[in-house]
Amino acid sequence: MVDEKKLNEIEIQEYSSLVQRVNPKPQVFKHSVWAFVAGGLICVLGQIINNSLILQGMSNGDASASTAVILIFLAALLTGLGYYDELAKYAGAGTIVPITGFANAIVASALEFKREGYIFGVGARIFAVAGPTLVFGFAVSTLIGLIRVFVAS
Amino acid sequence: MVVTAGEKKKGLQTVVFTNPPILTSWASIVGPKEGEGPWGNSFDRVLSDYLTGEASWEKAENKMLQEAVELALSKNNLLAKDAELLLAGDLLNQLASSNFAARQLKTPFLGLYGACSTMAESLIIGAMLLDGGFFRRLVAAACSHHYTAERQFRFPTEQGVQPSPSSQWTATGAGAVVLEAQGSGPRITAATIGKVVDLGQTDSSNMGSAMAPAAADTIKMHIADLNYPSDYYDLIVTGDLGIIGMALTGQLMVKDGLVPAPYYSDCGVLLYDEQQGVNAGGSGCGCSAVMLCGPLLAKIQSGEINKLLLVGTGALMSPTTSFQGESIPGIAHAVAIEMG
Repeated sequence: MVDEKKLNEIEIQEYSSLVQRVNPKPQVFKHSVWAFVAGGLICVLGQIINNSLILQGMSNGDASASTAVILIFLAALLTGLGYYDELAKYAGAGTIVPITGFANAIVASALEFKREGYIFGVGARIFAVAGPTLVFGFAVSTLIGLIRVFVAS
Repeated sequence: MVVTAGEKKKGLQTVVFTNPPILTSWASIVGPKEGEGPWGNSFDRVLSDYLTGEASWEKAENKMLQEAVELALSKNNLLAKDAELLLAGDLLNQLASSNFAARQLKTPFLGLYGACSTMAESLIIGAMLLDGGFFRRLVAAACSHHYTAERQFRFPTEQGVQPSPSSQWTATGAGAVVLEAQGSGPRITAATIGKVVDLGQTDSSNMGSAMAPAAADTIKMHIADLNYPSDYYDLIVTGDLGIIGMALTGQLMVKDGLVPAPYYSDCGVLLYDEQQGVNAGGSGCGCSAVMLCGPLLAKIQSGEINKLLLVGTGALMSPTTSFQGESIPGIAHAVAIEMG
């Protein structure tokens, strides 16, 4: 008797190896360089903003917070004008990892769902992409907070 | 004439039409990007932007479908009320675009979902309804819109994501064909209804690889059911496999003893230039619909192509099934369109 399930498995395996042969290899090196340069430039920009705020006489803590706010604003503005996604096509992780990527994810969702209204559109869907970052960010920081409490006591 | 059950069926999956229905007119409307592509001049209308004065992309999409249907009918001096039936489909949940276009057209309507294979599906069902004697004139149509599909299946449109080289660009476009029992024009002579084939591909940014086995299977069944030589068609064209899916289908065809080159191509590869940033090519219901209702039918009419096999290809996944870890099932339906 022919084992249909076994035959199907063989077919799937054969096809997967064909797919692997035909598909282009991901350009890991090129993408890494782009991500490093673009992400680095965003951080340099942040550093410039930070330093100039300190030069203006701001305290270190206030300058860091203000720098984050300015970067978030710039990313939101560029998202609204339709440039951030164009940049991200090349920069990849370089535009996702910094705080600007987080701003982009929230503003893009807000823009996208505005046509469904402010409550069921923007309100309900604004964290559609950034939600997981928030959830696991909160979860990890709670965990680390607890560890600190026990280690300190 | 007494028709016994199944007498128009040949082989396992193919039907042959006794009175081949005629494509008496057709129309295509495309988005700006498709208009800039290599076939830009072959479409009836190129939209200047993606909203076309509407309040949302969804509204723009259903208006585009409605206008393609009206335009196809108007070429025969007909109005929407002259069509006895509209068969149409799109990619959106609940077939929103087709339903809302049909609301405006007020034609009796059947909505179809075959993912990106919908143009072929609507032609096959339309041809069977005509040859079966149920109707004399109907419209088969399909559409997709880049941004409505993007937001439903992928990310918000302004989200910064780096597309993978295997990903495809959902075409903005609508195609409509007026099918009649009598008249002049290219005819639908045979059709093969495809099986759902799933060889375990899970990457939703690589639809070509997921759909290729279904396409190759349907082509193989079509040729075998009709006992045709492998070079019977001047052109076999798949719907939206893209560069990778087309290469895979070519390899699978060779395995099945068929000769792909130079008789085989893909609408997703043809619709755009490489420099247009579409990665592996075009996709969506609109991709095969506008390539058929634009350049391909024009070439059939001019005699450049005599026998065309359109193989509409669809990836039958949803965002829900993908997140639940399901693989991507593919389907392909073949329609033989011949001149004379």
